[in-house]
Amino acid sequence: MADKKEKDFARDMVGDGLHAIPKVIEPPKHYSRPVVKYILITVCVLFLAVMLVIPLLVVIANALGDGWAAYQEAVLDEYTIKALLLTLLATVSAVAVNTIFGVFAAYLLSKFYFRGRQLLATLIDIPFSISPVIAGLVFILTFGNIGWMGDFLKAHDIKIVFAVPGVILATIFVTFPFVFRELFPVLNAQGKDEEEAAALMGAGGFTIFRRITLPHIKWALLYGVILCTARAMGEFGAVSVISGHLRGKTNTLPLHVEILYNEFNTTAAFAVSSILVILAVLILIARNVVEWKRK
Amino acid sequence: MEQQIVKVKNKKGVRVIPGFGLSMGVTLAMLGCLVLIPLASIFLSASQLSWGEFVEVVTSRQVVSGYVVSLSCAFFAALINAVFGIVLAWVLVRYDFSGKRLMDGLIELPFALPTAVAGIALTYLYSDQGWIGSIFDKVGIKIAYTRIGITIAMVFVGIPFVVRAVQPVLEKLDRQYEEAALMLGANKLYTFFRVILPELFPALLAGFGLAFARGIGEYGSVVFIAGNIPYKTQIAPLLIMTKLEQYKYADATAIALVLLLISFLLMFLINSIQIYMQRFSKA
Repeated sequence: MADKKEKDFARDMVGDGLHAIPKVIEPPKHYSRPVVKYILITVCVLFLAVMLVIPLLVVIANALGDGWAAYQEAVLDEYTIKALLLTLLATVSAVAVNTIFGVFAAYLLSKFYFRGRQLLATLIDIPFSISPVIAGLVFILTFGNIGWMGDFLKAHDIKIVFAVPGVILATIFVTFPFVFRELFPVLNAQGKDEEEAAALMGAGGFTIFRRITLPHIKWALLYGVILCTARAMGEFGAVSVISGHLRGKTNTLPLHVEILYNEFNTTAAFAVSSILVILAVLILIARNVVEWKRK
Repeated sequence: MEQQIVKVKNKKGVRVIPGFGLSMGVTLAMLGCLVLIPLASIFLSASQLSWGEFVEVVTSRQVVSGYVVSLSCAFFAALINAVFGIVLAWVLVRYDFSGKRLMDGLIELPFALPTAVAGIALTYLYSDQGWIGSIFDKVGIKIAYTRIGITIAMVFVGIPFVVRAVQPVLEKLDRQYEEAALMLGANKLYTFFRVILPELFPALLAGFGLAFARGIGEYGSVVFIAGNIPYKTQIAPLLIMTKLEQYKYADATAIALVLLLISFLLMFLINSIQIYMQRFSKA
């Protein structure tokens, strides 16, 4: 084999004669023709631009359409501030409740084997797959005037539907599986050997969790919290059903956007939206930083 | 020695790790109070309807057209997402180019952006005065307030599902097979459709199912662009909303129940596919 090219080729073969097969060390970099590559990248860029980027620009352009003063007025409006505060309250509550749930449920389902484990995992996922409007409806059917707890709540003068507790409950419901879904695969892959060893050496439950389980799930937990925040902050359908749209009382930011939009107050609607866009972009950046750290 | 002790204990069913009772208690209590009990009231409430009433509500012309609009638009949106999702996943996994990280981060935007904001932005963009809508308006195609608009909004909310389902599978895919196919003389297109796509198919189907389910239930981003024209662009979740505003709780419950059953059926299908996938990859 005097030909150099042929020699190189032969070096990359495993076996000899008829049974020789190419040894795949690393996928060749020149695998795709650049033409195909650039066409596909262009298709993706165009698709993302039309579907995702331009809508964002629309929000910003319209928010500032009537000048900076109009923008400031819409954003600093009393009802906007109140809506922002309620959104924050609902988001913080949902994240807190769902983090507690997610940690316990993921620990339970990954460290112990019991009958109905699969069923439990399926039940936890339910809120993820049902329409947000239905999520709001179930709370009206439970706590509303016609609900089976309605009379009891009326007798004790507790308001849930068309009040702040309803908004919080609906937000918790739609974001319920978020933290769990991030934690469970990580804990499941980690197995339970380390916890068993610690338990046999006499560590208590809390120590095991804090010293062994928690370090494994730290990034996944943060990731779950970020996703949960994003969804809770923007929840519209469920909250819309249950809030009753009482301005200044049960209005969250997304609902406030809807009211302004339906009043043909487009600039104000987009101005309030821009707050949510900024929050969403911050969340996206945080998400990417966490994912990068995780790797 | 110690390992043996562990094994014996496990065989007897004694749990070594503490915290079973506590975590089981907390999990069941929270799941029960916050999800299962409220969810049960929809069945409780529906059981107060007689079968005749239920059928009458669910088969009324308006409601049936609502289901048809929701299901057909969600189906087409999921189909579009499947095509673009696979292209996006391919570009993100196989190619290196500047701005790739930005593109990857951008995919999650529909998860992070509140649906109402997406809804009004898309409506404005695709209305006959909007930046894109006006171009299509000149050739006589209306997008906002038609089923095309609904489909576009559903494409928006569904795109991350497909990309994120396909991406990890494509990353793990062993390139030996496609290289073998290329070496045996198959062209690239043939290799893609006959070697790569079958491997990706279960993940693609799962992503398709998730995007489909999300589209059926979606409210916030669709309601603005739909325009709420009876029999034409009324989606099923909007009908529930309308019935609630008219205090027709029984009707709302009936519509919701059918929608819920459709979602559960879809979820069951997705789960079956995933179980099949796990078995397939183990074999």
